Amino acid sequence: MSRPVRFNIKSKDTHNWGINMVDSPDGLTGEGFFATSFDKVVGLARKNSIWPLPFATSCCGIEFMATMGSHYDLSRFGSERVGFSPRQCDLLMVMGTIAKKMGPVVKQVYLQMAEPRWVLAVGACASSGGIFDTYSVLQGIDQVVPVDVYVPGCPPRPEAIIDGFMKIQELVHNESLRRRNSDKYKLLLESYGIQ
Amino acid sequence: MSLTNDIIQQRLTEKFGEQLTEWNQPYGLLTFTAPKDLNLKVMTYLFDEPELNFRFLTDLTAVHYPNRTNEELAVVYHLHNLVDNVRLRMKVFAPVAQPDVYTTSGLFSSANWMERETFDFFGVNFIGHPDLRRILNVDEMDYFPLRKEFPLEDQTRIDKDDDMFGR
Repeated sequence: MSRPVRFNIKSKDTHNWGINMVDSPDGLTGEGFFATSFDKVVGLARKNSIWPLPFATSCCGIEFMATMGSHYDLSRFGSERVGFSPRQCDLLMVMGTIAKKMGPVVKQVYLQMAEPRWVLAVGACASSGGIFDTYSVLQGIDQVVPVDVYVPGCPPRPEAIIDGFMKIQELVHNESLRRRNSDKYKLLLESYGIQ
Repeated sequence: MSLTNDIIQQRLTEKFGEQLTEWNQPYGLLTFTAPKDLNLKVMTYLFDEPELNFRFLTDLTAVHYPNRTNEELAVVYHLHNLVDNVRLRMKVFAPVAQPDVYTTSGLFSSANWMERETFDFFGVNFIGHPDLRRILNVDEMDYFPLRKEFPLEDQTRIDKDDDMFGR
């Protein structure tokens, strides 16, 4: 005599799996073609597949490890593949205290990245030197490289790092394709001594 | 007979006499001061004597005492006898105007980098060191950070609020 089934009765089609699909940009659709502006498509593609370079130096690096773990998954945002070679990465995430002796190294890593590249300064030490106002600590990596987004915190929670990452995604999405060749950008790089 | 602090003190005073001063034993660690020019000789004696056998240099550092005129920089050596497990501290004083001390990197290889660090932070010039240059700080630095006249915080910052942080 079998017992009545108690579990797993609800049909699986009604489940909300929580998957978000990216909306396609506005454009002209037809039989077998989709016309839109190049910026939008490129921005969309770049935004959802950023390859970060984790330049993790100290405690903020540990928070980044937590962010990349399964609980606060950063790969939900497309950055499944973190690379440690600057030649292959889009986003330089500087996490941790940078000493004055390390400054030229950060600059060298930045120079080796190919355009378009973005920089995310995670934590108080990378943003402004943090609590280490001393002879040996660089007071913010914006002394050596141009930074796009700063994430404050000591250390910032993984949610804060993800928030900073989402702001970078906004920047990537809305960036004009001509920005890297513009005069304003050239002036910015020259102010850092980068040709 | 095991090696005690009294035996070490006795052997050292036999060899060097009244030149070694300021004997005391904070927390049981025998400490003495030697004149600047004898540091290598004393350490070589402690190294070579089969009974004393101080063959391990644990630490080499410096302390800045701004109130001891003409002997501001103290170079401190911590020696260790690995066989009998006895430690020893030797201090050597040098004036800050001319902080020249003989190098011990010929006797202990570890003294090489430790002397570079001491030079980097205190400005002690080790005579005879094969490669005396800055090790932990930027090479262009022209001051010695751990001397007490160097201010703790960077005085040129304008973005810090002095009410909240103070200087």
